[in-house]
Amino acid sequence: MVSDDRHGGEAAHDAMERTQAPTATAAGRPLLEMRGIVKVFPGARALDGVDLEVLPGEVHCLLGQNGAGKSTLIKVLAGAHQPTEGQILIDGEPVTIPSPVAGLKLGVATIYQELDVVDGLTVAENVFLGHELDSAGFSRRREAARRTRELLARLGHGNISPHREVGTLSAAGKQVVSMARALSHDARVIVMDEPSAVLDTGEVATLFRIVRELKAQGVAVVYISHRMEEIRQIGDRITVLKDGRTVAQNLPVASTPTRELIRLMTGRTVEFDFPPRPGVPADAPVVLDVENLGLRGVFEDVSLQVRAGEVVGLAGLVGAGRSEILETLYGARRATTGSVRVDGQRLRPGSVGAAVGAGIGLAPEERKSQGLLLDEPVYRNITLSTFGRFARGGLLDERAERKVAREQVAALDLRPAQVERAARTLSGGNQQKAMLARWLVHGCRVLLLDEPTRGVDVGARAEIYGLVRRLADAGTAVLVVSSEIPEVLGLADRVLVVAEGRVVHQSAATEIDEHRVLDLVMEGSAA
Amino acid sequence: MSEPTIGARTTAGDDIAHRLPGQDAGTAGGHQQAIDSGSRRWSSSGAARNGGLVVALALLCVVGWATAGSRFASLQNVEVILSLAAVTGVLAIGMTFVITAGGIDLSVGSVLGLASVWASTLATQAMAQQYGWVVMVGCALAVGLGAGLVNGVLIAYGRVVAFIATLAMLAAARGLAEIIAGRRTQIVTVDSFLDIFRGDLLGLPVIVWIFLVVAVAGWFLLNRTTFGRRTVAVGGNPEAARLAGINVRRHTLYLYGLTGLAAGIGAVMMLARTTAGSSTNGTLLELDTIAAVVVGGTLLAGGRGTIVGTVLGVLIFSTLTNVFIQNDLNSSVQAVAKGAIIVGAVLLQQWFARRDTATT
Repeated sequence: MVSDDRHGGEAAHDAMERTQAPTATAAGRPLLEMRGIVKVFPGARALDGVDLEVLPGEVHCLLGQNGAGKSTLIKVLAGAHQPTEGQILIDGEPVTIPSPVAGLKLGVATIYQELDVVDGLTVAENVFLGHELDSAGFSRRREAARRTRELLARLGHGNISPHREVGTLSAAGKQVVSMARALSHDARVIVMDEPSAVLDTGEVATLFRIVRELKAQGVAVVYISHRMEEIRQIGDRITVLKDGRTVAQNLPVASTPTRELIRLMTGRTVEFDFPPRPGVPADAPVVLDVENLGLRGVFEDVSLQVRAGEVVGLAGLVGAGRSEILETLYGARRATTGSVRVDGQRLRPGSVGAAVGAGIGLAPEERKSQGLLLDEPVYRNITLSTFGRFARGGLLDERAERKVAREQVAALDLRPAQVERAARTLSGGNQQKAMLARWLVHGCRVLLLDEPTRGVDVGARAEIYGLVRRLADAGTAVLVVSSEIPEVLGLADRVLVVAEGRVVHQSAATEIDEHRVLDLVMEGSAA
Repeated sequence: MSEPTIGARTTAGDDIAHRLPGQDAGTAGGHQQAIDSGSRRWSSSGAARNGGLVVALALLCVVGWATAGSRFASLQNVEVILSLAAVTGVLAIGMTFVITAGGIDLSVGSVLGLASVWASTLATQAMAQQYGWVVMVGCALAVGLGAGLVNGVLIAYGRVVAFIATLAMLAAARGLAEIIAGRRTQIVTVDSFLDIFRGDLLGLPVIVWIFLVVAVAGWFLLNRTTFGRRTVAVGGNPEAARLAGINVRRHTLYLYGLTGLAAGIGAVMMLARTTAGSSTNGTLLELDTIAAVVVGGTLLAGGRGTIVGTVLGVLIFSTLTNVFIQNDLNSSVQAVAKGAIIVGAVLLQQWFARRDTATT
């Protein structure tokens, strides 16, 4: 007893020291280290030098926006991807993790956001999935049930029967099963990818209790989330990723202000020269007029106007409903309330065809999955919305398509300037240019840009900004969504701040600064 | 054929990997190189695939000539092979569109049976005696198109998975054919129909001409029209196609109408070839059709389709059958060989796909 107490005291003391010395290498030997991890996919550099250091018994929060590289990093850690460069160390020993099974053997388990449990099997069967207990080929169901019960009890969920079919459990229950599985592998590091995303408030409290128990048992938890409040409650130290790089490492949760974290996540490491804003004449006609637009459960009562030649930015955190607003006014989702007008003409709700016909173009956030035909040549991607216009009597005029595509490629400086190339082979920035070219050919009145510079190389971003401004100068109404606040403030004429599905602020971009936006975002999110 | 490109990709990757941190301006070169190799790979593999099929077909012909001599290598026999290929071929052209668009139509064989029965009932034939063969052809095409549109409505607007909707049609159309025919074989007695469709034109059977015309029209439709472009777009990335303003649902409806129409044309050819409408016409033809399309190089996942490949695929199967028949080998051995060809072709296709697809 006495010695136990002393140990406890020492541990607490250690923890104190760690929080005071962010780069604690001497204090406790890291359980897991990742050094200079680089992961290159053809055409994209998903990770570009990530460092991570996780101590035993800590909750290490991994923070970053969508596209910062969190998912890729987890996959590298789980053995699903092989790093192009860099080193992974467990207990100070360099290791390679060639497969997910190897990862589990090394004691690294991952709880994915889309829970990887099999609904048709029982809890016990799921826990021992892939390492079933058997003797001479016969499964030892009673033993599996007993050990499952133990694991569930360890997680504070002895009430779940090992014989229950997993499909009948709630998302929270499934998560517990997933964690029991991790523990059944004697995991020492458990990676949780936005575990709270599928849970309601009460369940989140339970999750936190489990995380604390795991922590008390010396298990290290890598906790991925972009919800600041959660990190405050549960985290010990924070590593922030941005653009595939570690921008801050081992920040103590207790003493790092939220604003600082958001700045690290959303801020610019490089200053950009944004194109000059000529200003929108007061008599410029309103092109896009959105009134009381709402989508039940996602956003409500959004009203906004964009004039010809104006760039309007929607700022806010991921999940605030910005992308959904764009998709709804584009007709890709059917609005439950409100109306969208282009040049005074009301659009048929829920019809992309109507929106495109009225001259709205969308460059979606997920270019690869929502925007491009990756195996088709660039020119066909550019003319995807307009090939019918070049056609005569249903017959394609590919020569005309190539010609107009070449003109766009030259005008936008899309590299390499070969329109026959498969879109897949282009870099992110050039894929985005192809998307812009599509709408330039279409000649749209309203351009919707969702995260226009996501996955775009630093060098190409300035070009994209320049293009957007040129489009606006030519009289297009532009609506931009970006998670990067400096981008919205630098690019847009007017800024709308969105939090929790509502527009909480509206002003000229020059009348608001980054701090004020952050305050608004946080106020709105807290409400 | 693969060596140099794979090498180029690795080199380009290394280029990027060895870049120093913070040297952002220097990336262009590395990207450029990676991109170059990517494009060459893409364009060369498509030609290589059709080339592979031609080689396979040529090998089969050599085997046929070596084993059966002049019985195989005669003009009559070529005609036999083409006639054998014609019905499956027409169905396969229609199927190429549906599969290119990421769908599947399991009902073509049954729909062909239904259309052949409907177009040869006593009532239809009586009308045809009076008004000419057009009645029978019109009936077959209308039945095929109608069944296809029912599939299309269920899939596009009822959001039933294509596999299930067309499986249901496979069962229902066959059953309806049996009901109409009363399980009897309906002999075609309309002379005007038989004269035209069993005849020859410029030395080739008319049904072979129909196959050729459908194939050329199919190639044209897929490669040279907005309809074809939409088909590839819908199959390649349905979400991107939708967000670009293409009416994906309406197009899906048209596509299944097209395969139905192809089945109707196939029914006419079947009636001509067998001179009988039977509810068993076209049984299991959907599988031969799909096999030919897939062996031809059209991606089952959608987004890439080739009419030339489909025609070659159909010819490979009919030549194979012919070689086996010429050598008096039974149909069981044939079936095993067919199976092996399908597996081989799909393995090859996957290998191409893995090599082409960037891991993301």
